[in-house]
Amino acid sequence: MSLFDWFANRRKSGPISQERQERDIADGLWSKCVACGVLAYTKDLRANQMVCPECGHHVRVDSNERIRQLIDANTWQPLDESLSPTDPLQFRDRKAYSDRLRETQEKTGLIDAVQTGFGQIDKLPVALGVMDFRFMGGSMGSVVGEKITRLIERATQKRYPVIIVCASGGARMQEGMLSLMQMAKISAALECHREAQLLYIPVLTNPTTGGVTASFAMLGDIILAEPRATIGFAGRRVIEQTLREKLPEEFQTAEDLLQHGFVDAIVPRTQLKKTLAQLISLHQPVTPTHHQLLQLEAIALTSSIADSGK
Amino acid sequence: MATTERKPLLLDFEKPLIELESRIEQIRELAAENGVDVSEDIRQLEARAMQLRQEIFSSLSPSQKLQLARHPRRPSTLDYIQAISDEWMEMHGDRRGTDDPALVGGVAKLAGRAVVMLGHQKGRDTKDNIARNFGMASPGGYRKAIRLMEHANRFGMPILTFIDTPGALPTAEAEYKGAGEAIAYNLREMFRFEVPIICTVIGEGGSGGALGIGVGERLLMFEHSVYTVATPEACAAILWKDAAKASQAAVALKITAPDLKNLGILDQLLPEPSGGAHSDPLGAATILKQALIENLETLLQMNGQERRKMRYQKFRNLGVFTEPS
Ligand SMILES: [Zn+2]
Ligand SMILES: [Zn+2]
Repeated sequence: MSLFDWFANRRKSGPISQERQERDIADGLWSKCVACGVLAYTKDLRANQMVCPECGHHVRVDSNERIRQLIDANTWQPLDESLSPTDPLQFRDRKAYSDRLRETQEKTGLIDAVQTGFGQIDKLPVALGVMDFRFMGGSMGSVVGEKITRLIERATQKRYPVIIVCASGGARMQEGMLSLMQMAKISAALECHREAQLLYIPVLTNPTTGGVTASFAMLGDIILAEPRATIGFAGRRVIEQTLREKLPEEFQTAEDLLQHGFVDAIVPRTQLKKTLAQLISLHQPVTPTHHQLLQLEAIALTSSIADSGK
Repeated sequence: MATTERKPLLLDFEKPLIELESRIEQIRELAAENGVDVSEDIRQLEARAMQLRQEIFSSLSPSQKLQLARHPRRPSTLDYIQAISDEWMEMHGDRRGTDDPALVGGVAKLAGRAVVMLGHQKGRDTKDNIARNFGMASPGGYRKAIRLMEHANRFGMPILTFIDTPGALPTAEAEYKGAGEAIAYNLREMFRFEVPIICTVIGEGGSGGALGIGVGERLLMFEHSVYTVATPEACAAILWKDAAKASQAAVALKITAPDLKNLGILDQLLPEPSGGAHSDPLGAATILKQALIENLETLLQMNGQERRKMRYQKFRNLGVFTEPS
């Protein structure tokens, strides 16, 4: 078919009907951008890492897709995959927590809201944690806390940089105070990693709020954020209700935080892997001193005690 | 938030007790006026009152404990500090442009030893409460706290923190100044200090705002205090979509001292005088002082690295999950 015929055919068939459009979206062939309304071929959208080619809107990606985007092919070694949540408080709101867990596990194929592992980014070894918003809003309970803590502890031993892609509404209320305590537990592991002079980069994606913001999201040596991500501690609605303040549109966006000095850079997703590789290669670990080696041994000892205690 | 209405000083469940006590007083007055001997009746009624007090306070529901923990007459951080220390000087400011009256602290002497004490400070009346944001600390408050703790660590002074807050201050300004960052920073840095750290929940422990000064190798808690991941009101609004379900949420969240002891979070429960800390503040202060001194004696036998390891291990062990091997 010549180009001319192709145009002729196209003109003949006219604009895609509304009905046809909806069918294609339902089939997943086309995706409509929630920000600009433009239709994009889903394959193109994927190829562009789920960033709208028209307006740059970042569509939320799950943890599998994120790992695929960041980690060199065939280098991902997942850690602690069998660590599973329980229902320590026998919690029940309108639904039992144990039912909620089982349903979410079936729906998402995940065991809890974070995947952790070692892998390479442009051949540089890293310890990577990726939160998954699909699993109860990426909320942090015992499993999320334990997996991230173990990841950081092992990274300290191996002298790897840590990268955590945050996507979370905060602490998981269904595990009560155990969830709150994970904030301190992870911060403790980060303190040791930091003391060993190793690099930690949290990547704040939409949304990063509550207890995650008040712990590991804000403890990076360098903090990166995705464009337009919501990042904050107190919820926008809570603030508006408490003090009857009307908040501006850009309140608690990545751009707003950049302006107030709480993130180092806003990095479009398509540039993220490259940026991380660049930062990691700029921050090669310092050779440990004798004193630090002794401390590393101590950490290894405590974490092995903790492991065997479970 | 209702900032102007005066909170009732009498809680619902205290009423039968207070009524009985005032009846005893009436009888006593009447008897004195008429010259009748009612000492036997009074004795019986007083025994009944004591029994009633014990019944009420030994079977409080989580939401009743929450009310007690928020009681406007419950002793505050400054009340305790003034009652237990031989010397005390309050220090001000975070050296970053703020002095937050919702989080107070300073240097003190406890049983002959120099220490740093700090904590959330609720107001003692409505006006004071407004000035102190109801004990909800701003980022400047957390930065003042860490500055004082850093000071304590340099001078080898144990750190005693007192937790009493519904949560960190939820305002736009607090967000712009880094509410999350300020708390996160404290969580990490508190693991670095070599001096002993003892944290005590004296009233209400609310969320990250409480934890921001809550990292120690020992966590103590008064009997009728609560410590929660989110206020039961907020939890009910989010999970039940109905703020009126707060008392149900208070039960489900496991926020009382015995609950937290079971979960391994709490190290020591401090009994309150019968009728609650507010009915006998000095009695409560004596219990607190004794417990702090005893815990300090134990912790001071260890060296700095051992205390850090103990603190690390305490939090490292928290969390419940399964792991098929
Ligand atoms: Zn778009
Ligand atoms: Zn360390």
